[in-house]
Amino acid sequence: MAVEIPKEKWGGQVNEVTIGATEEDGGTRTSTVTVGGSTTLPCLSFEGENPNKAVVAIEILDEEPQDWPQPLVDVWGDVYSDPAEWAKKAVDEFGAELLAIRLTSANPVRQDRSPAEIAETVKEVLDAVGVPLIVIGCGDAEKDNEVLKEVAQETEGENLLIGFAEEDNYKTIAGACMIHGHTLIAQSPVDVNIAKQLNIQLTDFGIDNDQIVIDPLVSSLGYGMEYSYSVMERARLGAIRDDKMLCMPMINFIGDEAWGVKEPDTPEEENPGWGEQDTRGIMWETMNASTVLQSGADILVMRHPKAAENVNKFAAELVE
Amino acid sequence: MIIIGERINGMFNDIAEAIKNQDPTAIQEWAVKQLEAGSHYLDANVGPAVEDSPEVMKWLVEVIQDEVDAPVCLDTTDVEAMEAGLEVHEGTAMINSTTAEQEKLDAILPLVKEYDAEIIGLAMDKSGVPKDAATRTEKSMQIIANADAHGIPMENVFIDPLILPVNVAQPHAPEVLATIQQVKKLADPAPKTVLGLSNVSQNCNNMKLINRTFMAMAMAVGLDAGIIEANDEDLIDTIATAEIILNNDVYCDSFLEQYRK
Repeated sequence: MAVEIPKEKWGGQVNEVTIGATEEDGGTRTSTVTVGGSTTLPCLSFEGENPNKAVVAIEILDEEPQDWPQPLVDVWGDVYSDPAEWAKKAVDEFGAELLAIRLTSANPVRQDRSPAEIAETVKEVLDAVGVPLIVIGCGDAEKDNEVLKEVAQETEGENLLIGFAEEDNYKTIAGACMIHGHTLIAQSPVDVNIAKQLNIQLTDFGIDNDQIVIDPLVSSLGYGMEYSYSVMERARLGAIRDDKMLCMPMINFIGDEAWGVKEPDTPEEENPGWGEQDTRGIMWETMNASTVLQSGADILVMRHPKAAENVNKFAAELVE
Repeated sequence: MIIIGERINGMFNDIAEAIKNQDPTAIQEWAVKQLEAGSHYLDANVGPAVEDSPEVMKWLVEVIQDEVDAPVCLDTTDVEAMEAGLEVHEGTAMINSTTAEQEKLDAILPLVKEYDAEIIGLAMDKSGVPKDAATRTEKSMQIIANADAHGIPMENVFIDPLILPVNVAQPHAPEVLATIQQVKKLADPAPKTVLGLSNVSQNCNNMKLINRTFMAMAMAVGLDAGIIEANDEDLIDTIATAEIILNNDVYCDSFLEQYRK
């Protein structure tokens, strides 16, 4: 009896989005990263195309991190007080093809650095490495508007991926991205309806459909990741069913979430049942990322190079 | 919802005049207007005033597709006129229609196959429109079985369970809803379903209210397509809302505007 493989006919496609610009395109990057383009579900290349593999970005901060779990200190501790050195180590030693910098030093309750100082740091990182750059604010909406506007202006033409635009705060940052040629991250609180509405607002505002990346706000493994997983699955189904307001690639800040809970941060002596802290943290981040990869993640922003390597390998196997 | 604009029909005076005078203006205007309102197909029916002939159907298809890039739903009972329309049609045409009568099926289904077209099958035969859902379903099955025997894929078959005006044939409406539900279970993948929606309200009061209410009810039981008044804004709003409630489209606050994009 012949077995016929059932194939779904999808009518839509995830947008192809490129991050970074080389000299030809008005930037200074030595390489760019392109994600998206899928016409089917993740891994199901027998019924459509997944032309670009999911990309892992290494995340660094623009200041010395506070209270990071020991495995992260072990791997980055020697360079993490200098963002340019940190960036170099991520690229030269660990082969990062994409880098994310989180501007925590801008936070008014911490260092409260000025937009000009911060733009200077971003430029130093751009000088230190040739890979494209993701830039994330400190989380204080008012301050981020000032800082990200300055960064966008000072790095014109580099086609950074900048975040976050949110439903009730997007005009300043979206305007800056539009004027200075950057791509934008639209963040919604684990809610596919708001994700869609925000994309409508942004495109009505004038942002090109393929200059947007969705951040559905992933939660850590063990802390509600399944909510984000199903939101992402629904968004991806919308995209390949040709919903133009859900056809943007998706980004997940795995490292920030996965290392922010107690499991990776508890020494073995405190909880012997959980086993070695070193492998536990790396596996926590690896599992977190490789799970959402199956619901359609296109960019995974991670913190531990070993976890990043695991996920990179897995992502490559999935598109084979 | 697959929207088939109903307006290019010779039962409307402007279209009848246009066909009689071979003046494409009104036809092309309605083609554009209906597409702007969200139609996917444009129904084309010569109407009662002019004789259904291959020349007229050919002309109608050509003037529509000269103006717009959209498939036509060839609405005629004349097989020769149908074939003439198919010959000049660009893209995938829809044939409107056949009944379950064997001679009709034998005449039309080879054309459907040859032109890789879509076919509307009316759930009736020469004894007229059935009274109940069971008989409508039986007629639908005959159409489906014949289409399958001709190698026509189920997704190209649209079953029309035939709605009649609620003022004179009130018991038919619930039977039609039950038929839609049953037809969706007759094959896997299921055939599609279609209604000539405006029939439900012919010569009634509050025609548009009746149309859109019935539309929502029919969508809830599995209606895939409608030959409708595409420029009825409230009807399109109802369709957009029903798509949301059926979880076919992802909800967003701008769902009415978004549906039209």
